[in-house]
Amino acid sequence: MPAFFRSAGAKMPSAITPRDYSLTGPNSQLAGERGLADAQWYACAISRARLKELMQRRDGPAVRDTLLWFGLMILTGTLGYLTWGTGWTILPFAAYGVLYGSSSDSRWHESLHRTAFKTVWMNDALYEIASFMVLRESVPWRWSHTRHHTDTIIIGRDPEIAVPRPPDLVGLVLSFFSLKSGPREFRRMFLHARGRLTPAEATYIPVSEQPKVYRNARIYLAIYLGFIGWAVALRSFLPLMYVGFPSFYGAWLLLIFGLTQHAGLAEDVLDHRLNCRTVYLNPVFRYLYWEMNYHVEHHMFPLVPYHALGRLHQELKADMPKPYNGLWEAYREIVPTLLRQVKDPTYHVKRELPATARPLSPVAQAAT
Amino acid sequence: MSEAWIEAAGAADIGRDDVIRFDHEGRTFALYRTADDHYHATDGFCTHAKVHLAGGFVMDHVIECPKHNGRFDFTTGQALGAPACVNLKTYPVKVEAGRIWLKVGPPAESA
Repeated sequence: MPAFFRSAGAKMPSAITPRDYSLTGPNSQLAGERGLADAQWYACAISRARLKELMQRRDGPAVRDTLLWFGLMILTGTLGYLTWGTGWTILPFAAYGVLYGSSSDSRWHESLHRTAFKTVWMNDALYEIASFMVLRESVPWRWSHTRHHTDTIIIGRDPEIAVPRPPDLVGLVLSFFSLKSGPREFRRMFLHARGRLTPAEATYIPVSEQPKVYRNARIYLAIYLGFIGWAVALRSFLPLMYVGFPSFYGAWLLLIFGLTQHAGLAEDVLDHRLNCRTVYLNPVFRYLYWEMNYHVEHHMFPLVPYHALGRLHQELKADMPKPYNGLWEAYREIVPTLLRQVKDPTYHVKRELPATARPLSPVAQAAT
Repeated sequence: MSEAWIEAAGAADIGRDDVIRFDHEGRTFALYRTADDHYHATDGFCTHAKVHLAGGFVMDHVIECPKHNGRFDFTTGQALGAPACVNLKTYPVKVEAGRIWLKVGPPAESA
């Protein structure tokens, strides 16, 4: 999952020894020595024929969903313009912000995997647009997310551990409006625009891709400068309500959805059944989140497009922990777990497998 | 490694638009069958990460890695975009009497 705030450098209570989640620290080498880096992960049994059916790409669902998404942004953005200067403007901009700043996360994610559309350029175009909207530079984050799939929630390897232990609760609250990740992303954008990477990024972005990082950072900054200049010329924040600000004021639903993916679950296991959650959501949320609530299934079989994840879930659920019945049930587990982890960073949720499931691997058993 | 032709699999062992794994003398290969019954072979591991391409998805002439969605044209070995940045090695293939033969000597095309 994307990191709402990165693990390295989080401030910890003084009595608790913080874990070193950095990709350049000793835990990175330790993960390799323990066989946790670039490892073989557990996969539920499914016939090749059925998996092939589920992996089939289509343009139709994502074209429909994307047209609706942009249509809703145009509608709410227009209403925001018409009501600008009145109290009523809060309502359309609240909706616009969620569409722009939160739903862009799942569009970013699905098009990164190039599973949204069958047509490759459509995936790549949506990826670039959604990356800008969700405030994630497209090249670094592609490689970051690739590493996340290689080493999911492996300490010292995964750059996208959203809630390192002990949790930074203040940072979590700030993340509802990207007030922690947003400034960090802009700092990195300036760094990239100067032709440099962070040490951690240098561990997972190939040299051949680095010029694209620098070029894109300059493009992003030019766009932002253009909108800032427009706002100054108009003497109004209105242009920034459409581009720039919504990445902050509209990010809260991204956090609510995204925390369900891995927060509070096991670290350093090679079994996605133990470090990912699948949460049943209503159709509106599934549209906004593009089915990423089937997160165990996505991590286990990332070639399956979002519109087939529900069917994949039906195929695999006998070998999976019980899914969570909605956000409420998920957060009834997540909130107490994170509060407990503040004092006891070793604590985590231990997912139970049904009697019909295949047993855990030795590495997974050792970690639980 | 021998440069002779090696019998790898039955032609019917691979479904149309699909891929299977073939191991030989400590190396692993991926054998492909297109929708119009043409056969191809490449190295078995993705060049981005050591993942068996045989678990991936075949679309037309493209194989997509099952772990990170890296994509290659398996007829030429060409990497088609990040995270696949290094081309795959391809190998000559022939089908005789319903059997697939693979020549695992020098690659037909490499990065």
